[in-house]
Amino acid sequence: MSQIFEQFDVISFFWMTIKLTALAAVASFIIGTVMAIMRLSPVPVLRFVGTAYVTLFRNTPLTLIVFGSLFGISITLQFSISDTLSTNAFFFAIFGLAVYHAAFVCEAIRSGVNTIPLGQAEAARSIGLTFTQTLREVILPQAMRGAITPLGNTLIALAKNTTVVMTIGVLESAYFLSKVSEDASSQLNNAFLLVAGFFVLFTVPMGLATGYASRKLAVKR
Amino acid sequence: MQKTRRMAGVAGLSVVALSLAACGGSENEGGEDGVNVGIKFDQPGLGQKVGSGYEGLDVDVANYVAKDAGLGKVTFKEAPSKQREQLIKSGQVKMVIATYSVTDERKQEVSFAGPYFIAEQALLVAKDSKINGVKSLSGKKLCSVSGSTSATKLKEQVPGVNLQEFDTYSKCASALSTGQIDAMTTDDTILSGYAQQDSYKGKFKVVKGVGGDEIYGIGIKKGDTALCKKVNTSLQKMVDSGEWKKSVEKHLGAEYQLNAEKNPPKQETCS
Amino acid sequence: MSSSSVLFDAPGPKARVRNRILSIISLVTFAAFAWWIISVLADQGQFEAAKWKPFIQSEIWSEYLVPGLINTVKAAAISIVLAAVLGLVLALARMSALTPLRWAAGVFVEFFRAVPVLMMMIFTWGLFIQTPSIPPDQAPLLAVVTALTLYNGSVMCEVVRAGVGQLPAGQREAGLSVGLSEQQTLRTILLPQAITAMLPSLVSQLVVVLKDTALGFNVTYLELLRSGTQAESNYTNLVPVLIVVATIYIIINYAVTKLAEYIEGRLKRRGLGRKGTTGAAGSTAAGPDMAFNRETG
Repeated sequence: MSQIFEQFDVISFFWMTIKLTALAAVASFIIGTVMAIMRLSPVPVLRFVGTAYVTLFRNTPLTLIVFGSLFGISITLQFSISDTLSTNAFFFAIFGLAVYHAAFVCEAIRSGVNTIPLGQAEAARSIGLTFTQTLREVILPQAMRGAITPLGNTLIALAKNTTVVMTIGVLESAYFLSKVSEDASSQLNNAFLLVAGFFVLFTVPMGLATGYASRKLAVKR
Repeated sequence: MQKTRRMAGVAGLSVVALSLAACGGSENEGGEDGVNVGIKFDQPGLGQKVGSGYEGLDVDVANYVAKDAGLGKVTFKEAPSKQREQLIKSGQVKMVIATYSVTDERKQEVSFAGPYFIAEQALLVAKDSKINGVKSLSGKKLCSVSGSTSATKLKEQVPGVNLQEFDTYSKCASALSTGQIDAMTTDDTILSGYAQQDSYKGKFKVVKGVGGDEIYGIGIKKGDTALCKKVNTSLQKMVDSGEWKKSVEKHLGAEYQLNAEKNPPKQETCS
Repeated sequence: MSSSSVLFDAPGPKARVRNRILSIISLVTFAAFAWWIISVLADQGQFEAAKWKPFIQSEIWSEYLVPGLINTVKAAAISIVLAAVLGLVLALARMSALTPLRWAAGVFVEFFRAVPVLMMMIFTWGLFIQTPSIPPDQAPLLAVVTALTLYNGSVMCEVVRAGVGQLPAGQREAGLSVGLSEQQTLRTILLPQAITAMLPSLVSQLVVVLKDTALGFNVTYLELLRSGTQAESNYTNLVPVLIVVATIYIIINYAVTKLAEYIEGRLKRRGLGRKGTTGAAGSTAAGPDMAFNRETG
């Protein structure tokens, strides 16, 4: 075990996974909320765009999206974020992760909306609230609470899915494991246990926390 | 009754699935009637899948050696960089001829026959690029493949090098053609292969004098001296008959500057 | 998407004008965005005939993409069947009366849900090619199938458990009251209903599996994405290949999603589905929470 730590900077790989997860989670939450609002809005074009977005990105493998994010935007469309390629790859990895998971965040919020009884929206409308007011004051606050469990699941999936960005050379946990498999195959079992342990420690609390939060914040009906 | 039938259905499906998984793996052992050789499937000039066939220097070497040494008909298997040692160790292939550099680290896991070519590390840059060597590389954007030796070596020479890693060289070549990457690095043979491709012809040039030699060996199971000797005899024949030179010229192109001092290389003794 | 949503009133004259203006503005914005992307791609020469010509010839399909697609479907089909079986076994174990069995199944499920599929693939692949008894040729496929089965089996276990949990309490009570044991009730009354109600989840889980076969790229499994990159290195048309490969995935997965919705709709008509709520107006796409969870993988 100690041999792995001597040969590889294990902590930095794990830290990268944590950074990717945190930043992509924030970004995907923002994009996903916007998409959910678009899908619920009275404007047909926006609804269509929201629906198309979800259909497109939810059905494409993440590997393809992450690679397409860096290669399509940074290299083909020539829009770079940083001149340092590793930083650039890091940001486009986050962008790819965010774009993909936003489709699931959008559906999570919509499923949260689904938990709200019809009467709530009808009551809001009947006292004269507009669509924006209904959404902001009545629907979304309840929907977000109802969406905690699916959002938590999306977060856990996101944390695990960050492993896919090794395809564009970001030095995270999966890059580490495949490096071990290649350079120090005798250590593969140890490295796997290490990485698996890290992910258990990383994601199980997420599940517990969202489970607790969804019970605590559940809208009592 | 209903339930029993449903359960039987599930069981039946899984049996089908298992047999699907099991079949298809029967005729993969090399032996008398054929030999599996690991090559690259996506390396123009060396080993490239072209339609239903394969083309390149490595392919020619494989075919010549297999025929001459009486190993039988060659079946090509893909051998990506990361997996070459494991392919040999597992017995999935008998030989790996896939731009496989002989190194001490690798010698601990596999044995090498040959070498059959001595390449050197180089850079591929745009035709009008000012990059002419390692020194002019600092601050430039460099592309390579994760797990390749060339990137590791350059990192040591140019500490602050701006590196992007992809999983295949063709992705690097594609990035280079857009101008978003300044250079890509690996063996001059591989780079020449890309410079030779139709859509890149005349757009790139190879800059030499970047790094050390890459000695291409033929990877075989560790300690298989008998096979090593057979392969070496055939390689010598390939060079003597002129087939070797023909293949080099055909696949690496007229512009390729062959290091004639070192090529064709003298074979190492098998151990 | 139906026109009647409970979130806003049927638009009056003023609202209709406003919606139309908003529609036009957003349409123009998105069209401009799309146009920008297309024009930059065109500048890059990505629409040159030479890059797209291979797709109207048969070779790229017969030698690269179709074999890749077959491998993708093969891995996905084997995995989903095995995952369903594993999920059922695990669910039975997790709901068993034997405490150690319950615990073991619980740990198993939690572990394999927490470990990324890609990690499992890299690890099992590394393991399999060092195992002499496994036909080396099959190691990549086996690694892909093992990783996908362990993960999705664990997920399916939770789907089945949730399905049982959502059944009315009366079902179990009725079973017990006619003299069936706890286990018999579970097997003959609760599980069949739960599994039927969870069929849409099983089918939409197939989307997850199909997408995740693309991870086989990293362990040399020659699936659609990997065969695409081989084609690309031969024809030097990376961007077109990526576009085509993505389109194939989207069409297949969209069709599978629609199938899941169709099955769900049928079950609903038979009275096995669930009741509509606020956002659901005219759309079954969102599906129940549980069904959604599966699709995140």
